[in-house]
Order: sequence, then structure tokens, then C-alpha cells
Amino acid sequence: MYDKSQGVNYLNCERGFWSWFGTLDHKRLGLMYMWSVMGAMLVGGLFAMAMRLELFAPGEQYVNAEQFNQLFTLHGAIMVFLVIIPGVPAGLGNFALPLMLGAKDVAFPKLNRFSYHLWVIGALFFVGVLVTTGLDTGWTFYAPYSTLHSQTAVVWATFGAFVLGFSSIFTGINFIATIHKMRPPGMTWFKVPLFCWGLYATAIMQILATPVLGITLLLVGVERMLGVGIFNPDLGGDPVLFQHLFWFYSHPAVYIMVLPPLGIISELIATYSRKHIYGYRFIAMSSVAIALVSFIVWGHHMFTSGQSPLTSIVFSAITFFVAIPSAIKVFNWVATLYKGSIVLKAPMIYALSVIWLFGIGGMTGLWLTTLEQDIHLHDTYFVVAHFHFVMVGTAIFAMLGGMHHWWPKMFGRMYPEKLAQISSTLTFVGFNLTFLPQFVAGTQGMPRRYFDYAPRFEIYNQISSVGAAFIGISMFMTLWYLLWAIKKGKPAPANPWGAVTLDWQMPPIPDPHNFKDAPVVGDPYDMDLFVWSEDEGGYVPRNPVPGNPYQALPRSAIEEGTSSA
Amino acid sequence: MTLLLPVFAAFQSQSGQEGGFWFPVQASNHADRYDWVFFYILIVCGIFLLGITVSATWFLFKYHRSRAPEPEPSPSHSTALEIVWSVIPAIFLAYMFWLGFVGFMEQRTPPADAYEIHATARKWSWSFTYPNGAESDELHVPLGVPVKMIMSSQDVIHALFIPAFRVKQDIVPGRYSDLWFTPIMEGEFELYCAEYCGKDHSTMQTSVFVEPEGVFNAWVEEAADFISKLPPAEAGERVFKMKGCAACHSIDGSVVTGPSFKGQFGTTRKLADGSSVTMDENYIRKSILEPNAQVVAGFDPVMTNFQGQINDDQLRVLIEYIKSVKE
Repeated sequence: MYDKSQGVNYLNCERGFWSWFGTLDHKRLGLMYMWSVMGAMLVGGLFAMAMRLELFAPGEQYVNAEQFNQLFTLHGAIMVFLVIIPGVPAGLGNFALPLMLGAKDVAFPKLNRFSYHLWVIGALFFVGVLVTTGLDTGWTFYAPYSTLHSQTAVVWATFGAFVLGFSSIFTGINFIATIHKMRPPGMTWFKVPLFCWGLYATAIMQILATPVLGITLLLVGVERMLGVGIFNPDLGGDPVLFQHLFWFYSHPAVYIMVLPPLGIISELIATYSRKHIYGYRFIAMSSVAIALVSFIVWGHHMFTSGQSPLTSIVFSAITFFVAIPSAIKVFNWVATLYKGSIVLKAPMIYALSVIWLFGIGGMTGLWLTTLEQDIHLHDTYFVVAHFHFVMVGTAIFAMLGGMHHWWPKMFGRMYPEKLAQISSTLTFVGFNLTFLPQFVAGTQGMPRRYFDYAPRFEIYNQISSVGAAFIGISMFMTLWYLLWAIKKGKPAPANPWGAVTLDWQMPPIPDPHNFKDAPVVGDPYDMDLFVWSEDEGGYVPRNPVPGNPYQALPRSAIEEGTSSA
Repeated sequence: MTLLLPVFAAFQSQSGQEGGFWFPVQASNHADRYDWVFFYILIVCGIFLLGITVSATWFLFKYHRSRAPEPEPSPSHSTALEIVWSVIPAIFLAYMFWLGFVGFMEQRTPPADAYEIHATARKWSWSFTYPNGAESDELHVPLGVPVKMIMSSQDVIHALFIPAFRVKQDIVPGRYSDLWFTPIMEGEFELYCAEYCGKDHSTMQTSVFVEPEGVFNAWVEEAADFISKLPPAEAGERVFKMKGCAACHSIDGSVVTGPSFKGQFGTTRKLADGSSVTMDENYIRKSILEPNAQVVAGFDPVMTNFQGQINDDQLRVLIEYIKSVKE
């Protein structure tokens, strides 16, 4: 039996505002990121709901064209810069990465705190945008509309995104250093859990691509204030140059957003099937491959922009290469299910949803990179649906799955399983209802960012709006029971799911410094090391490490023991 | 592959003359090939998605914990399998690229003898200029004749999109861009702006009229010299529509993006900088050619510059028309 009165843990070791806001503990920073991101998501989500309400019928209902343009711009900018980019890497990543690696913290705790403070400052700029003239450029800030024509707070928004970029860069640097230098003895590269591989691949892109976005957005600000003309054709500048610079970051950013979530899915599928992940090395390397290829595909956003046909052809060809490593991940997940012992807990519902949603999101990308097909589909609802399947259906769904998975580790309490199963299913149904019809609206020719539309598009928009209501209801339900669980949930066992990564080989709520001694490292997916215990209501090590009831003796250590005996 | 042909045909016939579940009518030479490639990708992706979904669902059922309390021993990697499921999709992908490449080159290469129409995009309206100097706010094209659109923008980036023709091209200020098509079906079709361009992006729409050559020729002849044939105010009304003024200025007193013209001629207007000016012929002229110099109080300086976009005759009759819009 474990000692239930654990005593000091990272939640109760210190109290008060500064013990959180000024903390160096990666777990506390992870939680603060998570709460902040959820706050931003609430705002961005309400904007989406307002948009769907307006689009329920053609013509003007509740908001006018100007307000609508502000809604979709702010929805996009908030969801991208404040929610999805930091959500999984900085939020769940901060909490889980050092625990999974068996490290006491990230490599640079003070830099980590600084990243969070930069996030807050960046968010304040966006609050500034909201309370002043708003923003109507679209989250893409295309010149010359953003530089010469918009009458809104473009400089505030671009500066906010610039600051958020640095938050992201510093997190990337921190994670790379952590993964390289903080692994305990015995954790070779191919014993690193797949979520950490996803974070690693993302960190490379954060460091190499984000500075380009920073410079580009500063140029937009400089152009607006000083009129230097780099994007202004009247002064010899080129608006298409802006698009090249913008997508040089923003395409890798898509993978910054999805690679860590895909890593989470690998963890979840293995854990809830009680099966060793299939094709570990291929999944790990596919993340790195996607990260590298992602730097040379940005031009596929610009097939109709007027770039030369040769450029478009090259970018189209390279983009097809992303499909292979993406497909490898999906095939390996399905293979992991084979001969497993699958249990449909809420995180697994999210994980299986992602196989379907990422499948559709990825495959619809094939139309958009097939040159001829993109011409008709570009800037229509087909694109809107495609990237929502990837950025919400994959990134946000995996984030929700991950939050449920780690909730017991974060707070030492179980979330109510039945409610979570209902709401995750409802989210899945609502999501499909919202975004599947948008593919057809797109092929039928409805352009994106349209406040008003022809009556023949009404049916798709109505189904879409009904679906959005489902998502809204299930999200509020999720928020409510997760908060409820922190206070009233059943006390969690140390390892409720039978996961083998090191974050589950510790007390229910981690100690402030994670591990007292360097943990013994084995195969992170050797599910046999843990067995169900009715007494604990969770999984316990089959052979505990002497002196540490939470740690399982890895297979290699057991075999060594028997052969020497 | 042969088994799939009936499926292709079913999709095809749906989206030909009448438009179907996926697409509007096929009204240009590009549409038939476009739809065919779309359905090729749809079928390939459909088979893969079905395979993934069916196996995942089957495993979920068969290996659910209620039926499989413990996992069975099974291998956790196979390089051969990884290579198989990388190479097979790669073959389909290579063919997709090839189809897209061929179609794209076709769309990017207009025939040398194509009929040329210039399009001008501005916030938030369109003008089309024909070889004989005729201008219109709706696009007229002759049936069965290859048409090349040469496009430019007066302000921000726009994009010309005709769903029934399956064509789209961005229009970037400071350069010309082009696209081409041969209309193959008579009728009226939607023309959209597809690149976000500000407040009234979604109303920056007009119609394409595909007419038999005889009808088209008669129309384009008449449209070329209406200014000399009509009374000035009446001709001015046509210029008012043609140049897209109505996108921002009403004639019934309601305020859209800019001030209404109703009963304003001869009145004194308060400007944004506090001064005032009488709305006479010269003020109107200046406000068209240099719109943001003297902006009426309460309005944003967002009007597009028409310097070089409107000739003296057009300007003269347009002013006559604005004068004629009274209580």
C-alpha cells in the first residue's frame, strides 16, 4: 500500500499569488499556462459562436460587416497565437516533459518563467486591441490591407504577436536543452517518450521559424508608422513578399501546433490499449521528418498569389512529401490497437477521434496541394474546414485528451469519467457536424471570410451553426466538471491508467522537485511492468524498485538480476 | 480501376448541366477535367479513410477490454510493413501531383488568340474593359471563345473567382495577373472576390453573362459609345454603376461607407479637419481623383484613388448625374 497522506507536494508546498506567478517550478508554470490558455480559448470560442450565430442565415442579423470582420480576425489571431501555439507545448509540455524525462525541472527554469511572463505581456497587447479599435485584417495581416488601409489597432496586435513569438522561442530553446541534457542515465534517445519527441521537433521549428515572423510583423508596424514602403507597390515594394515571409513561419507553425498533440495521441493510444506503441522509431522519426520538410513548403499557400508557376510546381511536389510521415503515424496507431486490451476512457475517445479527424484533415490537404485543385478551392470554405480539422480536430482534441489524461497527476483527483465520456463524444459529433458541411460549401464555391452569402449556401451554414452549438455546450460542460473535479473528485491513485512513462511512476501529486533520486529507466511502452491493483484502484509496479514503491523495475534490470542470481 | 468508372460517371453526370452535390455547373472548358481529378482524389482518400476507420473500429470491438481483458503478445514493429505503407500511398500521391501539374499548366497557358478583357478590382466593386473601349460592372463574355482576363487592382489584394468556371487568381496592386477560360454554357454565373479586402469583401460580387457571339458583339458595340448617345445625367448613371460607386455611396440618403449623394450638390460640407467646403463641380472632381484630401467629417479616409482610372468624358457625365440626384 502506498502512503495516502503524501504530505508535501508541488501544489501545497507554497501558497499565495507570488508563489505561483513568480515560481520556477515547471509544473506550476505548466498549470498557469493551461489556465491562461483556457481563458483565451473562452474568448476566442465566444467569438466563433457569435460568428456562427450571424452566419446561420444570409444577410445581416446580429452584427454588421465591420463587426463580423473583427470577429473572424480576433477569433483567428487569439486561437492561433494565444491558444494553440502555446497550448500543448508550453502548457501540457511544461507540466509533462520533465516528468516524462525523469528530470527535476527544465534546463533553464528562470527562462521558463520569463517565457510565461512574455506570454502574459503579449496577451495584454491583445487585450489592448480588444478595448481600443479592434482588428480587422484577418489573422494573416496581409499587406497592403494591413499596412495602408486598415483603420484598426494593427500595430498593437503585431507587437503582441511579436512578444508572444519570443515566449515561444524561449520555450523551444528550453525544451531542446532539457531533452539533450537533462535525461537520466540510461535514457537513450530511443527511450524518450513520443510526446517528448513531438516537443523536440516543435522546438526546432519554434527556434528557426519564429524569428522570421517577428521581423515580418515588426516590418508591418514600421510600414504603418513610418511608411518605408517595403510592402507598398507605390514605393517599389511588393505585397507578395509579405506573404512569403509570413508563411515561412506560419506554415511550420501549423506543425508547431500539431506535432506535440500527435505525440500525446501516441501516448494515449498505447496506454489505453495496454499495448506497446507500434513502430516507435518510425513515429519518432516521422515527427523530425515533418519538422524538417515543413520549412520548404510555405509556397503552397500562394498558388494563386501570382508567384511564378515554376515556384508553385516545386512547392506542390515537396508538400506531397509531408503526407508520407503523417500517414505513417496514423497507420502505426491503428496497428497499436491490434491485439490490445482497449478501454474507452475519455482520453481514448479523444485519441480515437483524432485518428478520424487527422485522417480527414490530412487527406483534404492533398486536394489543396494538387495544383489544379487548389485553384478552385483556395480561399473557400474547403480551406476553412481543412485547417479546422487539423488545428482543432487534431491539436485541440489531443490537448483535451491530454488534459484528461494528466488531470489526476496535476491535481491528485479523478475527473468524473461518465460525464467526460459523454462530453468527449458530444464534442466529436458536434465537430463533424460543424466542419464536414463546410467542405461542400467550399467545393460549391463559397469564399471564406464572407459576412453575407448567396442563399444556395444557407443549408451548409445552418448545419454548421447547429454543430457549433454542440461544441459550445460540451466545452462548457467539460470546463465545469474539470473544475469540479479539482475540489470534489475522487482522490487519484498514483497510476490510474497503467501508463509506464516516468510521469506515472511517482506519487499521485508530484513532489516539488519531481524525483528524489534519478529514476531507473526502461522501455516507456512496456505495459507489462504495471498490474491492476483493486486495493489501490489503479496500477502498481509488478516488481517495484527497492525503496520506491512507485517505480517499476524495468525488464532489463529484472533479466540482469535473474541471470546474475 | 475499371470498377470505379461507374462511380466516376455518377459523380460526373451530377455535376454537369445542373450542378450536383459537390460542384456548381460545369460552365467552362476547365470544369470537366477539374471535377474528374477531384473525384480521383476523393476515391483514393475514401478508400484509405475507409480502411483506417474500419480496421480501427474492428480492433476497438474485438479487442475491447470486455472481450480482451489482457493484451495478447504481438510484435511492436516491422520495417517491412512500414515500407509497404509508405510506398503504396506514395505511388498514388505521385500520380496526384502529376494530374495537378498538367491541369495547372493548362490553366496557366492561355491560347495566343484569346479575346482579352481587362478587369479592375477595387474596394468593393469590379470594372471590366473590352478591346473596343467599352466598360461594364458586370462581366460579359462570348460563348465558346477563349477569354483571357488581364487584371489589376487599385488598392489592396483582391481575387477573381468564378466557381462555375473553376478559375481563381489573386489581383495584386502594382502588377498585372491573368487567367483564362472558354465559356461553354450560356447563362448568368456568380463572380466573387475571394481574397479578403476589408469591410464589404462579401458584397464584392457581380455576375458573368455568357452570351452567343452575336448577342455579345451587339452588346459590346452599344456599351462602347453610350456617353455620346445618352443625355449626360443618364450616361452618368451608367458610369456611376460601372465604376462601382454604388458600393459605398447611396442615392437615397442612407449612409453606407461614404456619404450619400442625395440632395448634396451645392450644400456646405463639414470636413474631418474642422474646415468646410461647398460641394461644387470642383469638389466632386477632386474627391474622385484625390479622394482622401478633403474627407467629410464622420467618415474614414478609405476611398480608392481614381486618378488614371476615369477619363474626362466619364467624369463630366458622372458629375452631371450626382448633380441630378435631388430630394
